[in-house]
Amino acid sequence: MTLEKNSASGDKGAQSPRAAHPSPVGSANTLLLAGLLAAALTIAGTGFAAYLTISVADTAAWKVGLGIAVCAVVALAVATLWPLARGFRQQAVSTKAAAAGDLVTARTFRARAAQSGWTTLGSCLPLLFIATFTLFLLANDHAVQTTFFDVQFMAKSAADVTVAFGENVKIALLAEIFVLVWALVIALARLAPTKAGRPLRWLATAYVDTFRAVPSIIVIYLVGFGLPLAGVPVFSQMGPMWSAVLALTLTYSAYVAEVYRAGIEGIHWSQMSAARSLGLSYGKTMRHVIVPQAIRKVTPPLLNDFIGLQKDTALVTVIGTVDAFTQAKIYSSNYFNLSSVTVVAILFIIITIPQTRFVDRLLERDTRRQQSKG
Amino acid sequence: MAFLELNEVHKSYGATPVLRGVTLHVEKHQVVCLIGASGCGKSTLLRCVNALEEINGGDIRLDGDVVSGEGVDVNGLRRKVGIVFQSFNLFPHMNVLDNVTLAPTRVLGLPKPEAETQAKALLARVGLAEKAAAFPDSLSGGQQQRVAIVRALAMNPDVLLLDEITSALDPELVAEVLNIVRDLAADGLTILMATHEMSFAREVADQVAYIHEGNVLELGTPEEIFGEPKEERTRAFLKKIIEAGRL
Repeated sequence: MTLEKNSASGDKGAQSPRAAHPSPVGSANTLLLAGLLAAALTIAGTGFAAYLTISVADTAAWKVGLGIAVCAVVALAVATLWPLARGFRQQAVSTKAAAAGDLVTARTFRARAAQSGWTTLGSCLPLLFIATFTLFLLANDHAVQTTFFDVQFMAKSAADVTVAFGENVKIALLAEIFVLVWALVIALARLAPTKAGRPLRWLATAYVDTFRAVPSIIVIYLVGFGLPLAGVPVFSQMGPMWSAVLALTLTYSAYVAEVYRAGIEGIHWSQMSAARSLGLSYGKTMRHVIVPQAIRKVTPPLLNDFIGLQKDTALVTVIGTVDAFTQAKIYSSNYFNLSSVTVVAILFIIITIPQTRFVDRLLERDTRRQQSKG
Repeated sequence: MAFLELNEVHKSYGATPVLRGVTLHVEKHQVVCLIGASGCGKSTLLRCVNALEEINGGDIRLDGDVVSGEGVDVNGLRRKVGIVFQSFNLFPHMNVLDNVTLAPTRVLGLPKPEAETQAKALLARVGLAEKAAAFPDSLSGGQQQRVAIVRALAMNPDVLLLDEITSALDPELVAEVLNIVRDLAADGLTILMATHEMSFAREVADQVAYIHEGNVLELGTPEEIFGEPKEERTRAFLKKIIEAGRL
């Protein structure tokens, strides 16, 4: 069939249809050339960034430490040439096979050559990103680096900022405990059954609509300054920390109530039938059958909202609570350098990542338990 | 007066009528089988008896009391009327023992140890004594359905409703479930069951009701219904069942 096709369309068909016709398999040459270009650019970019980094480093220790790091990046950039070389070899095999009429081999090696080309391109991309970012840090006589990542200043501010971060953690933990309870109350009110439950449903819906609409920073501001100003008993003596807990609880309960509701509605109605058919009341069914299953289902989205809550604890700076951000700002305005704020950012990253893994583990354990043979 | 009576029961979902004046009487210690095509109203009928669905007309009586309509203590009724579903509906977050003891402890207020002793005895009776600590997802369909039966029996009901309890099972698991029903029938439990297992109905039922379009079209002993059905539609239905090799 291939022969036929070749001779039918071949312009030099009369002599040697196989060899003369351009390969019906195609080639990966364009891709490989693009890969070559990208690799060249990456090596040049990382090399330049490495040179600048080493020349900018002010002490011998930095020169050595950073030198090793940047040289490793340059080495990786050079290493992208390896799959490229393999790709050219594979393309050569493919071209030769096509010329010999072995279409299967030609196609196989063309595909491998293309894969090699993509591997090079794919590896170049993150390396180019690193090079660009390094150049950005070093721009304007490495002003960017000293503004955001002044290591000495970061080390100096770290102790005080970390202590103040304890305040963020405290606010977050307390608010999370209250949110877990209060949001469930709202969710159950939103799902209150029968006609008698209608006003309750309206109230809960109004609550959720309101507190999802108002920005948390506004709620914190209003609660933190408004309640003491109005002189409401108890509330006005709460202090900024408890005001923050109250404000974040009010806001985040609205989100979490919706998460709970989705979880409860996601439990198949047959579970309700089964429990009710045994004589359990609506309340007991919710408590023993529906809600326990719903909570398991919504743990991941719940964590999502909790991470949001934790980040929003930084907003309490507007009512004068001395949290990590407030402390970092004191440092940064005294020294005209934002690296102390970078420390806050790093602290938030550090506490968030383990939580994600923890929830993953929790869910895994739960799945194993539910499949246990006892 | 029969033990369980349905008198002229009507039920519709919106404008769609499902039950159109069903009258059916079940005597104590009797087994009554409901047969008929899918969608003819068998399941709805059972769900109405358990008050999982409200009826729109007629009444349902248990032991002389009207148990349908407004103001009836549905939780009280459900203590006396157990139901087992086609899809088992075990609680996946509880192990077998907790599935069985939930209602006795939370509804009847039985102390936990007593409920567990009773549950273990019932589990042993259906051959699942070692599965007390297992979770439903680790059990086969047949085992899950046996647990579901035990869960209903733990409330010591006067009537047991079985809603196509073998329809979701692999063929080789059907027998282990039906053997238990046969056992319960022999013990004198009052059973109302919707089923597609015709030979089982023939063997165990005292009465068979052929349900058609939301009504009892023909009622009789298994010999009458399977041997010489009077109604044309019953004959047509049974003919299809025989063609499918199910009778």
